[in-house]
Amino acid sequence: MDIGEARYADLVLLTPVGRIDHITSPDFQAKLMDAVGSGGPVPVVVDLGGVEYISSVGLRALMIASKESKKTGGTVAVTSLQPVVKEVFEISRFNYVVKVFDTPRDAVAALSGDALAALENG
Amino acid sequence: MLVRFFGTRGSLPAPLSGAGVKAKIRDALVKAIGQDLTSPEDVDRFMADSLDFAAQSTYGGDSSCVEIDADTDSYIVCDAGSGLREFGNRVMRAPAPGKQKVFNLFMSHVHWDHIMGFPFFVPAYIPGNRILIHGCHDVAVMKEAFNRQQSAPCFPVNFGQLGSTIEFVQLEAGKRYDIAGVSVTTKAQNHSGDSYGYRFEQNGRSVVYSTDSEHKLDSLDETDAFIAFFHGADLVIFDAMYSLADAFSIKEDWGHSSNIVAVELCQRADAKRLALFHHDPNSDDVTLSKILDDTIRFEDISDAGSGLEVMTAYDGLEVTL
Ligand SMILES: [Zn+2]
Ligand SMILES: [Zn+2]
Repeated sequence: MDIGEARYADLVLLTPVGRIDHITSPDFQAKLMDAVGSGGPVPVVVDLGGVEYISSVGLRALMIASKESKKTGGTVAVTSLQPVVKEVFEISRFNYVVKVFDTPRDAVAALSGDALAALENG
Repeated sequence: MLVRFFGTRGSLPAPLSGAGVKAKIRDALVKAIGQDLTSPEDVDRFMADSLDFAAQSTYGGDSSCVEIDADTDSYIVCDAGSGLREFGNRVMRAPAPGKQKVFNLFMSHVHWDHIMGFPFFVPAYIPGNRILIHGCHDVAVMKEAFNRQQSAPCFPVNFGQLGSTIEFVQLEAGKRYDIAGVSVTTKAQNHSGDSYGYRFEQNGRSVVYSTDSEHKLDSLDETDAFIAFFHGADLVIFDAMYSLADAFSIKEDWGHSSNIVAVELCQRADAKRLALFHHDPNSDDVTLSKILDDTIRFEDISDAGSGLEVMTAYDGLEVTL
């Protein structure tokens, strides 16, 4: 699957596109873990705006990354859930265990002042 | 083949309280305000049309016990949770025509919620009856569990004093057996102290009993093995005790699974029906109905073409396969 990656100061923004299911989730998980483990307490924002569906293994990847990230004081947040993905988050109750924001900017603003400055300055 | 659910709760029986009954009656009466109800028939129609399952019934409170009523001359029962009491009472009231007083029990494991019905299983007290307790755990372990719960100071009648003839039958995981004219395939599952699933097949019909089974989804081989175990089943009875988020976080390694994984595995296995099972004793009827609605919706958005029928098991439910 295609997963875009951008860095704003200390923050990593991932933009996966397509379906995150048992076929594509290993790639997704590898990218997430790279981002989480890239030194220090890294805030990671996953923009799911281009994701039409996420299955249990994709959610599991988010959970593992989130747990790993907490060990170093980092955070994993998701943004821009499509209607179906939003429903999957609600039915699985993942909206209670992973931070969900409306837009990548909202997430960046909440997680890192430096990153927000970097984002706004282009 | 017919599947009868006598106990569908996990961990601990959870009877409906008086306050719960009162709330249901009140809600029903409030709904009836302004309705033209002048005869018992009107009331029946109103209940059928206007009251959903949680409003007029209950999922029940007994712990795991499911009868597999196949074309056999003996009984087949999965687990001896508190639902076994009602199963035994039913046999005493109305023995199934064509069945001997031989009871084949299949044990997922011997955690307390899966054996606690045995001391209250009336047929166990009757000389001449024969009870075969099948399981993949070491027979010595199963015997110890049944003996311990039914001996002083926990219970007045020792397991060894029961009138019926009780035998333990050692099965192995990953094997297929012919028992009482039914094909029985066993499968090891991930649970504290291990648990085992059973697939029963006869005359082209199949039901899988898979409870107290945690799916961590950390091994593709493991997932594939369960998909093969469930493959094409007419009914999969699945431990869906927790939400996916809980199963992956605070309740990780507690040995149970979720409605989400239930649907995904059944869809990939081309199973026909899924019965959510081993309900959390903290879930009331309204909560269980909401979980069912959510699960049906998830089935639809995850793979609308699969044709999987989703239901929630309740005490008293009968499913004909
Ligand atoms: Zn249990
Ligand atoms: Zn158990």
